[in-house]
Amino acid sequence: MSDSKKPRRDFIKLSAMTLGGVGAASLLIPFISSMNPGKDTLALASTEIDLSPLEEGQSLTVIWRGKPVFIKHRTKSEIDSARNISLEELPDAEEDSARVQKDNWLVVLGVCTHLGCVPLGQKASDTKGDYGGWFCPCHGSHYDTSGRIRKGPAPTNLPVPPYVFLTDNRIKIG
Amino acid sequence: MSSNELQGYKKTLNSPYTGIKGWIDSRLPLIRMMEAEYLKFPVPKSLNYFWSFGGIAMFCLIGLILTGIFLGFHYKPSADDAFDSVERIMRDVSFGWLIRYLHANLVSFFFIATFIHIFRALYFGSYKAPRELVYIFGLTMFMLMMATAFLGYTLPWGQMSYWGATVITNLFSAIPVVGDAILTLLLGDFTVGDSAVNRFYVLHWLLAFAIVGLVVFHVITLHMTGSNNPTGTEPQSWDETVSFHPYVTIKDLNATIFFFIILAFILFYYPNILGHSDNYIKANPMVTPAHIVPEWYFLPFYAILRAIPDKLGGVIAMFSSILALGLLPWLDTSKVRSCLFRPIWRYCVLLFAVNFLVLMYVGGKPAEGLYVLISRIGTAYWFLFIFVLAPLVGFLETPRQPLTITNYLQSKKA
Repeated sequence: MSDSKKPRRDFIKLSAMTLGGVGAASLLIPFISSMNPGKDTLALASTEIDLSPLEEGQSLTVIWRGKPVFIKHRTKSEIDSARNISLEELPDAEEDSARVQKDNWLVVLGVCTHLGCVPLGQKASDTKGDYGGWFCPCHGSHYDTSGRIRKGPAPTNLPVPPYVFLTDNRIKIG
Repeated sequence: MSSNELQGYKKTLNSPYTGIKGWIDSRLPLIRMMEAEYLKFPVPKSLNYFWSFGGIAMFCLIGLILTGIFLGFHYKPSADDAFDSVERIMRDVSFGWLIRYLHANLVSFFFIATFIHIFRALYFGSYKAPRELVYIFGLTMFMLMMATAFLGYTLPWGQMSYWGATVITNLFSAIPVVGDAILTLLLGDFTVGDSAVNRFYVLHWLLAFAIVGLVVFHVITLHMTGSNNPTGTEPQSWDETVSFHPYVTIKDLNATIFFFIILAFILFYYPNILGHSDNYIKANPMVTPAHIVPEWYFLPFYAILRAIPDKLGGVIAMFSSILALGLLPWLDTSKVRSCLFRPIWRYCVLLFAVNFLVLMYVGGKPAEGLYVLISRIGTAYWFLFIFVLAPLVGFLETPRQPLTITNYLQSKKA
């Protein structure tokens, strides 16, 4: 083979390999995508709850997308303790007012943001941790009455799921 | 290519055997390979019983695959059926209890054998040149083993299965930005559930056979360099070796039988002693057990995870504790392999083993008070050992002159 032919051969090799690589990479898309939740799983995305049986100070756990959601009818003192602190004390600073739609109703995902355990604090007999909210028994994270992380390994506050008040006593999560 | 070269190439296809054996061997050279690698293969004659644990681990793996196949005939991988199908194996399937208890306890003994095998490699310097790849393939298998064991533990779908799976898969959510999306992708749902148990079952099988594949590479690389031995010196002549068969085969068989007698004792008298009673409660996504503990063989790594107060940091520390061990062949600066001749490093390695057991102990305790402090000291020593002591001790210590295999055996007799 003469030298003048070489660049041409290199060009063919390079473009063939590039096209082959792009083709192989695009072939991965359907396979990886198939691992995501299917349409049936996504269809179970919203839940409606009647809040009227909940007295002040009581909590309710409901299931949304297979995960527990904590609904807490907060007392006056619980609201106050969530509000009367400076944001600098919080590892994941967030105003209590930004986490609720109505002051006495707190709705948060009951999944510890550390490694996914369900924190204790929903039952009257449960330990509620050092800040009167929830305590995760797995690795010792303490949450306050706004579901915010105060102490322990969890990096962020309990997330607030998307929800709307349909009436005064009825909400829809998702 | 000239015709002579071609002739030379074809000559290697001529089998040393005749008859049917020769007919097969000249087409599929397995027989001559097995003879060279497993019958006549020269092994240093100074090997002690520490060298039996590779073979023992292999027998455990074979046992796990066989019992796994028979369990698979009855197990149903779905959130609704998994727990009940395991209970059916325990109660209704003929000898199902035996097969399941064997499978569950063999894993523990597989880990015991592997831990001793890894300790052997560290103490006698088997990781050092030219056996780096043997060691790396070994560590890779160890990681796959842990993944396979984790996936297998989720399958009975008890409370510990479910919450162990939740905690471990949530490690992925520590990845910045894309963590949650990756977690959803891996689980096929927003939580551990029906979709997860289905794919965990498939992956449990897949990884088990991936380990078998890596065993082949582990053995090929080992047979290129030959076995290390307690002296860390290579055999100088054929006199310092024995053939694999019958010397090693009989010795390893002896060790394996002894090891399996201990397994049988646990299996028949205390079959649940290494498990957790909460796993006989069906998985409940709404209730977290008060104290989630992983299987005992994960405890040292669990202790490292919890020693770091930051989520991402803990995950990184846990994974890098094993990955860092893979750097040891290059970080250890000593020219001498065996700890028998390394006065300082010897104690570093022994302390590393003790530290491993201490981490295992605190990993099973609640993450509070003194336990956290101990796990932090243990984690610190783990990385100090690899990144500081390995390079430093190699420079600082004056090793003794390693004995040859012949002199070593004479000194042991004296």
